[in-house]
Amino acid sequence: MSGDDISGAGRSRRGGEQGAGSRWSWGWRRLGVRGAELIPQTRMSGPMPWVIAIMVAMTAIALAAGLALGNAISSARAEIEGGVTIQVIEPRDDIRAREAAAAVEAIKRLPHVAGLRQVPQAELDALIEPWLGTGIAAATGAAIPVPSLIDVRLKGPATPQQLGAIEQAIARVAPSAKVDAQSTWLKPVFDAMVSLQVLSISLVVLLAGALAAAVLLAARSALGANRDVIEIVHLLGGTDTQVARVFQRSIGYDAAGGGTVGLALAMVVILSLGRRFASLGAGLVDSGALVWSDWLLLALVPLLSTLLAMLTARLTVLHALRKML
Amino acid sequence: MIADGEIVHFDNVGLRYGTEREVLSDLTFTLFAGRFYFLTGASGAGKTSLLRLLYLAQRPSRGAIRMFGTDAITLPRSRLPGLRRRIGVVFQDFRLIPHLSAFDNVALPLRVAGHQERDIGGPVRDILEWVGLSDKMDARPATLSGGEQQRVAIARAVIARPAILVADEPTGNVDSEMALKLLRLFEMLNRQGTTVVVATHDLDLLRKVPDSLIMRLDRGRLADPTGALRYPPRRPS
Repeated sequence: MSGDDISGAGRSRRGGEQGAGSRWSWGWRRLGVRGAELIPQTRMSGPMPWVIAIMVAMTAIALAAGLALGNAISSARAEIEGGVTIQVIEPRDDIRAREAAAAVEAIKRLPHVAGLRQVPQAELDALIEPWLGTGIAAATGAAIPVPSLIDVRLKGPATPQQLGAIEQAIARVAPSAKVDAQSTWLKPVFDAMVSLQVLSISLVVLLAGALAAAVLLAARSALGANRDVIEIVHLLGGTDTQVARVFQRSIGYDAAGGGTVGLALAMVVILSLGRRFASLGAGLVDSGALVWSDWLLLALVPLLSTLLAMLTARLTVLHALRKML
Repeated sequence: MIADGEIVHFDNVGLRYGTEREVLSDLTFTLFAGRFYFLTGASGAGKTSLLRLLYLAQRPSRGAIRMFGTDAITLPRSRLPGLRRRIGVVFQDFRLIPHLSAFDNVALPLRVAGHQERDIGGPVRDILEWVGLSDKMDARPATLSGGEQQRVAIARAVIARPAILVADEPTGNVDSEMALKLLRLFEMLNRQGTTVVVATHDLDLLRKVPDSLIMRLDRGRLADPTGALRYPPRRPS
């Protein structure tokens, strides 16, 4: 290099400060050539990725539970929301059969009824068979007077007005009949399931808050540990946004790595629990199976966690830097 | 009013840390483009504090500072980086980034200024070669001697061709041969139009740059033995 030729940088400059600003982000990403980084990177060797992994795993499991409960509630609601059960409670067989037939005829004509089915006697016998066995009539000379059941399906959800119309329609022809909306007696179950779903969603929100808090603490700690570096970068003309971008990227890597591990852990748990519940063979549980859109949402958990972590880091760092000159 | 060629103007500037007495008092002076200034004074006279004000690491407790025609006191934080990119700083304690190589430390101002990577390698290698560290490009600061670290710090300060170069005891950790070489580098930059301010207590150094102007600090107050602080400044003989 000749005497005056120390300004290779000056020669290689392109454009003025305006142009330099627009190229900044590219240059910042390449801040450390040959793998060097402005802020030392710990990657998976530090605690942060593992904290994020645990958060993401718990979030995904809570979300999966919420989604499964939601599916079970929707599915059961759709099935029983418009369902009405009519019980003809008459001890004498002949009157019971006559009233049931008359009730069927009366209900059929109602405009809001989509369909109905009188449950055959054989089905009723099968229902009580596990408790009372078979051959009661033969053994005792009289059959147990099991109420006749009419399963009515309405065009929409059962409302008090519709139930009233049904009661009114059968009151004269089947005085011993009792009308129940299926949703009424399942309401406590639904309420409990909705409460669990709200709990799951609350957990997801709380975990997101905990993740943001963990990132905030990590960003503050990293800021403290790298205060000298930040001051040097500032004195060399670095902006707050540029410094924040370095931290944001560092946390982003941690969150992406941790999130991937966390999702993998959550998948193991969700699939394992899903298999166990499926083996129960219970209708309500089966209807809570996750659908493809649920799996997509679960897959988004690490991505959203990464974005949340990066945003938190950025805001934390920008806020802290405002206190520096 | 901005004087012709003015690059920095201090007007009745004072600086105190906390509630202590002022470490700098009543500083009123102007630095002009293309001049070479030495800032001298005994230890504790306030040289480093004055330099910190010059490279915008600190705002004064009172008074006004104008840099490059801009009021540096009321300037919003968002506009400080633009001014700082025009100032090269050689810190007394080098302040190299410990986990970056010599190459990356020197390249930092260019990267901060947004230069493309392909435009960085050549100049950085050139300047490291010039300061005699071409074989230490990949070395981390901790593996370099004090003198080598000083040279990396100087290379970092001048790589982006600042309008003003502020150096705090830049030759304090190098041998006399390297000190002279670095001084020649500063002179060369000065000849290219860069205003140079070197804080030193080495009076021999002052004699080696005959055209330089001297600012002497004494217990936080400025003396003006060479007329450096007058406008128009006395022409060097």
